[in-house]
Amino acid sequence: MPSESEARQIRLPLTADVIVQLRAGDSVRLSGAIYTARDAAHQRLISALEAGQQLPIDLAGSVIYYCGPTPAPSERVIGAAGPTTSSRMDTFAPRLYAAGVQATIGKGQRALQVRQACRKHGCLYLIATGGAGALLSLFITQAQVVGYADLGPEAIRKLTVAEFPVLVGYDAHGGSIFAGDEDLD
Amino acid sequence: MREIQSSQITEVVAELCQCANYELPEDVVEALRRSREAATSQVARTVLDQLLENARLARDEHIPYCQDTGLAVVFVELGQDVHLVGEDIYTAINGGVRQGYEEGYLRPSVVADPLDRATNTGDNTPAIVHLRMVPGEEIKLHLAAKGGGSENMSALWMLTPTDGAEGIVEAIVGRIQEAGGKPCPPLILGVGLGGNFEKAALLAKEALLRPLGQPNDDPQLAELEQRILAAVNATGVGPMGLGGGETALAVHLLSYPCHLASLPVALNVQCHAARHQSVTI
Repeated sequence: MPSESEARQIRLPLTADVIVQLRAGDSVRLSGAIYTARDAAHQRLISALEAGQQLPIDLAGSVIYYCGPTPAPSERVIGAAGPTTSSRMDTFAPRLYAAGVQATIGKGQRALQVRQACRKHGCLYLIATGGAGALLSLFITQAQVVGYADLGPEAIRKLTVAEFPVLVGYDAHGGSIFAGDEDLD
Repeated sequence: MREIQSSQITEVVAELCQCANYELPEDVVEALRRSREAATSQVARTVLDQLLENARLARDEHIPYCQDTGLAVVFVELGQDVHLVGEDIYTAINGGVRQGYEEGYLRPSVVADPLDRATNTGDNTPAIVHLRMVPGEEIKLHLAAKGGGSENMSALWMLTPTDGAEGIVEAIVGRIQEAGGKPCPPLILGVGLGGNFEKAALLAKEALLRPLGQPNDDPQLAELEQRILAAVNATGVGPMGLGGGETALAVHLLSYPCHLASLPVALNVQCHAARHQSVTI
């Protein structure tokens, strides 16, 4: 991660002209609304999409954060809220990018098809520091369950974030931050 | 013979669950600091700075340091001259997990049925309890609240005896390369060597309970620990898989005699958020 002074401030929603300027390895600070969704919520979102049913959130232009936070004590907005391993959502991600998701946030390398989907749809895979759940929670100013409440920690939450620190993992040009990832072509 | 009330176990386990999630053990913090000093890449330094700041915040502001507050694994060394009064030991431990996770605002991370993912048990029970009888009239409890992301990258191999140390190093290094940033490096690696299929896995987890970086008592095994550590850190995976020489903080190995046809090797991957606490009653 480059030093903080080099971090680029981005107000959500992401737009195509901003996405195209970003490169793998860039340090970015996000401000605006993002949604949490992880394993079980993904399964339901995909089932609903396949069945043509209404989704609890509008995917168009959205950012999905792979996160299941700890419960919030009354004096806090949210508990610890760091990223979970992204690769478990790899089978679902291309479908969601195609449905309008602009970026996902998680940790770790992903399957090749995710990087290909980012290039194809002009989308991003962003990474946050895994295991820094206490630190990352400080950048979340609001949190509200907006779907699949019965899933508890895996429910979909709408988060408002302020200067949430991420790195560009996969850019919209096929680039990857991870050593060992080869060129797509 | 010494009488111990089961409620005492419940209280102690509840406290351990909270402590383990809010206070990163000092030996882990110290190892992260050393890694930060040694790190040469900017991205590795930034990530390690964030992890140190995260640990400080967790302790001072009372926020769990990771949102994965773990599956409660409890190793019990039960003195054979203890008479437990009240509930059975499993009920007492699960009561402590329930209390600790609820009162501590820790995430319930257990689903009742591995195939029906929608039913969370709601209180992070049941714990996984490993009970061992030992001489004496004390109860020693070690809690390892194990995260799912690192546990997922663990592995077990039934190697051929002639594969030897080289085969062991090769298997572990391959697994760590494959795992990359997924298990949240820098890691602590528990290695179980010998025994059989299930014994190797248990040894690997038990090895993680040792104070960080304390070598195996056997000089040959201590040397193998260092060899594995050096090989893993030479992979270049680095903190969060973003490159660098700080892939693992330590390798802890435990061994046990085994069948002449076998060389079981288990690797239990532990992320930097090593939620370990022990207490003796």
